Parts: sequence; C-alpha cells; structure tokens
Amino acid sequence: MNMTTNTDYTLSIEDLTVSFDGFKAVDDLNFYLDKNELHVVIGPNGAGKTTVLDLICGKTKATSGSIKFLNKELTNLSEHAIVRAGVGRKFQTPSIYENLSVLENLEVSYPKGRGVFGSLMFKRDATVLRKIKEIAKEIMLEDELDTESGLLSHGQKQWLEIGMLLIQDPQLLMLDEPVAGMSVKEREQTAELLNKISQGRSVLVIEHDMEFVARIAHKVTVLHQGKILATGDMEAVQNNPDVIEVYLGH
Amino acid sequence: MSFVYEKLMGGKSGLVGLLILAALILVVFPLFLDAFRLNMVGKYLTYAFAAVSLVLLWGYGGTLSLGQGIFFGLGGYGMAMFLKLEASSPENTAIQSTPGIPDFMDWNQITELPWFWEPFSSLGFTIAAILILPALFAYIIGSAMFKRRVGGVYFAIITQVIAVILTVLIVGQQGLTGGINGITDLRTMNGWDITSDSAKYIFYYLNCALLIGVIIASRYILTSKFGRILLAIRDKEDRVRFSGYDVANFKIFIFCFAAMISAIGGAMFTLQVGFMSPSFVGIVPSIEMVIFAAVGGRMSLIGAVYGTLLINFGKTAFSESFPELWLFLMGGLFIGVVMFFPNGLAGLWEDYGHHITNKFRFITRLFNKKSKALSSEEMSADKASYPS
Repeated sequence: MNMTTNTDYTLSIEDLTVSFDGFKAVDDLNFYLDKNELHVVIGPNGAGKTTVLDLICGKTKATSGSIKFLNKELTNLSEHAIVRAGVGRKFQTPSIYENLSVLENLEVSYPKGRGVFGSLMFKRDATVLRKIKEIAKEIMLEDELDTESGLLSHGQKQWLEIGMLLIQDPQLLMLDEPVAGMSVKEREQTAELLNKISQGRSVLVIEHDMEFVARIAHKVTVLHQGKILATGDMEAVQNNPDVIEVYLGH
Repeated sequence: MSFVYEKLMGGKSGLVGLLILAALILVVFPLFLDAFRLNMVGKYLTYAFAAVSLVLLWGYGGTLSLGQGIFFGLGGYGMAMFLKLEASSPENTAIQSTPGIPDFMDWNQITELPWFWEPFSSLGFTIAAILILPALFAYIIGSAMFKRRVGGVYFAIITQVIAVILTVLIVGQQGLTGGINGITDLRTMNGWDITSDSAKYIFYYLNCALLIGVIIASRYILTSKFGRILLAIRDKEDRVRFSGYDVANFKIFIFCFAAMISAIGGAMFTLQVGFMSPSFVGIVPSIEMVIFAAVGGRMSLIGAVYGTLLINFGKTAFSESFPELWLFLMGGLFIGVVMFFPNGLAGLWEDYGHHITNKFRFITRLFNKKSKALSSEEMSADKASYPS
C-alpha cells in the first residue's frame, strides 16, 4: 500500500505535506528520529511545528506522504490507535483534568481499562498504585497525589501532563513547549526530567527558549514555512547562515 | 464488603443520603399520604428516572440531551402496548367491527393487528423491549452523532428535533399508535387489576425499588474508572482521546444507559397512571426533565430525585390555583437555578447543609459521645471522592 521502505528509525516521516485551502503548512517534509534521541524542533511562528505534531498524533490528516512509527504507518490510524501504538503527546497549554486529583489524573491515563467495559471493571490495585507513585515521584508530585490538579502551579501542571504520558510508557514522546510559563528553577528541573526520560525512547520537543534547547537537545531541526531549513547539533544550527537570516533578517 | 460500601453506596455520606431518600419514599410517603396522593408521588418518581439519567449524561458526561422524553416515551409505549393488547381480547372488544384489536385501530378502519404490535402480547418480550429498544435507538443516534464528533448545543438540538419527530409520528399514525389521545383504558396485567389500590401500592414500591437500584447502578458507574473518564471527557476531551481512549464509545455507552433508565421510568409511569400519550414524549416533558435535574443538582443522583419531587409538588400546588402562572414560574426557577445555584439543591446542601447537620450532631452527641467520629473533615473528604 505504501511505497516507503522499512527503516531502523523510531519515526520516519517522508514527503509529508498538508495543505489547508491551498496553503501548505507542512511542505514535502522528511524527518527521522532515532531511539534514545531527544530532538528539538524550533522555528518562527507559523513555521508548522505544532502542525507536524498534529499530523503525527492524528489530530490533523495528511494531504500526502507517510509517517511511519516503528515501521507502522500512522497516517490512516485513528487518534486512540496511534496512542495505543506507543505515541504520547503533550499539548501546548497544560491539558489536565482540573476537577480530578493528581492520582486520578494519572489513573485515567493508566494504559489499562481503555475500553468501555474494561473501564467499568478496572480495579485500582497495588500494581496500579505502585506505578502511579513511581511516576508521581519522577515528576516531583509524590506529595501532591490527593491534590485537586486545578490547584497545582502552572509548572506542576506541565509536569503532571508529562507524567500522564510517561505512565503509558510511550516509545515516542512529543512535547509542545514543555517549559512555557515555568520559573528558572522549574526549567532546570524539567531539563533534568527530560534527559532522564529520553532514555530508552525517542523524544520530540517543540521549544522557543534557546537556552533550554541548548541544555536538552541531542539534535535540533529548524522549521521554516513548512520546510526544514537546517538540522544538526545546536552549534551547527546556530551558525547556519540560513537560520541566522530567518531569525534575524526579518 | 468494602466493595459494596464504597462502590455501590458511595461511602458514608453517600449511604446516609441514600438511606434518607429510601426512608422518605418507602416509609414516610406511604405512611402520610392517601392512595391518591401516593399514586401521584409515584408518577413523579417515574420522572426521577429521567432526571437521574440526565445527571449521568449531562452532569458528568457534559452532554445535554433535550430528548430524554423520547426514551421515557418508548418505555411507556412499550408497556402500554402490552396492557392494551390484553385489554383488547376478542371478548372485551366483541362490539367492534374487528374484535381482538385495540379500539383505536378499529375506529381507524384497521382490520388487522400491525406486525410490530404482535410480539407485545408477551410480557417477557415487552420487558426486554422496554430495556433494549430505547438503548438500541440511543445507540443508533449516539453512533451517528458522537462518532462524527457532534456534541454540545448541536447534540441538544438534534435530540430535541428527534423528540418532535417522534411526537409528530405518534400523533400522525393514529391507527397504529392511538394518536394524540395516546393508549388509554389499560386495566389488567396478566389478569391482575392494575387500577386497584393494592396494585397501586405494589407498583409504587416496585417503582421505588427500581429507582434506588438505578441510583446504585449509576453510582457504580460513576465511582469506576469509567466515571472518572466521563468527567475527564467533560473537562478535556482531546486529552482523553490522546490518552488512547475512543471517546465516542464512552459517550455512546452513557447515552444508551441513560436511555434505558428513562425507559424504565416510562414503563413504570404507564403502570401507575394507566395510560400513555405523546404529551410525555415531546419537547416540553424533555425540557422539564432537564429542569428537574438542574434544580436538584446535576452532579447529584439523589439531588435529581429531590429536584423532581420539589418541582412536581410545586407544579401540582400552583397549577391547581394559578394554572397560567406555573410555566413562567418554572422557567424563572430554571434560569435562577442555572445562574445562581449551578449545582442546584445538592450544591446548596453541600454549602450550607453542615449548619443543619451540626445542630443534629449536637443533639446526638448528648446521647452518644462516639458520634465525634463523624467529624466534618471526614464528611467533606467523603463528599469529594464519591458522587452523592
């Protein structure tokens, strides 16, 4: 059905295009992501960064091209099937269930009891609680398990959403501006967290804060008008004349 | 044991709430009301099924249905068809030009029992149909809407339109449905006179037992992971979808369950009131059901029952003396509740109820020092974790 070949990459995007009424938000994009790789996508507003994440997680349907995750074509799968295949995505604004406690937020994200009847029969047993506590510790919220999550600070909400993804143990984790609105200290803690969780999986991050990008990125890709402008390590990208032109020329 | 206590009763405060309600409808009403008034309360309590269904669907699921009358009506008509067939035995209808069919069919020059009426001569089929057909209908509507991600106001309008269509259909097909008059003259059930006082008492108690059963089943759903997913969908639908859930299936399930509950109420209505008509299917009853749930508290299964009783007592009291004012009053009450007390009676109870319970606690403490165990902290912790 698809002409692209299988690869060793966790994620391989080939010839991906999406157009909204003729406007190409993503234009013939090719992009590869390795296991254990933490890759940051940067670019000016409207470059198509969030659209790429939307395409991968199925929120937006591609006009043409292929997205393969562990050699499984994602472009024709529904959103929940993509998640179940092992792709987790954090939204730009913290997207948590404000009326539920931290524990309940993590429980709802726990990857068992995902069907209607499975959820009716689901039991909060010792295994579930152990996993929830383990994740809560990782995201520095182990003392807030019974707190209504709407009462958390902005930074804690961001962590909680990351935790809600971690509990599903995704092979690909996509984070849209994970440190937006965080204090300096919270940024440091988040950088540590991201370095830790990128082990054993692939992480794709969209971020504007260059200092933060430099701290976490293994590889950086600059997106501009739906196309890749440059890709490589932070230093190479920063010295790339095209990138300088796009960021400073306007 | 803890499963029954926590999951079905809803912990301490949930159990207390349920026991108070049970005492009120099972003991207090039968003791203090005559057979006529008790039958009227029984009728109100059939609406409470629909109000409880709206707590699940609207309060927790965030999906407002303005068409619960559809399912109430389907349940009611199912039961009415069974009773009507029994009342239309060839002996009872010997004077008709076609004996053995319901009288309204004979008046409409129908000479043969329509095919879809036939199976309703069996009580077993009728009960199964009352439970399954409305749920099946809800499944079809729900799949068509939720799979296409139609929700919110659009869903409310579409359910309302379906309620209108169904009413028009029932009124228009007089020969098949009894038309605007509905299905009347229902007398016996398997030979048992349902208009007798003893039958009315039995139906009243059956109705109460079913209502409590429905509340317990609903509590089980709300305290399970399903309940938390339902709340999560109401809060952040996309987050749930991108956590690996097929959101539409959850909405379809709760819509079907709500339909089934409403249909049970409809069937009990027919049994207690003795007829069924399109005026319990359309827009007005459907919106009234929403008002019952809103006034009682759309997040409270038990509150919905009190809301239903309160509004209906009010309706009866006012419409006896000021019939034309009642609709305005109810409309005003609805607007007032939505604007100032979004959580209805149950919300008021949670905000101010402890003043009253504190007084009672003072009295009980005089008799029993141990009642300190009911500290207000525990009470509020219970309230937070279990739907009341």
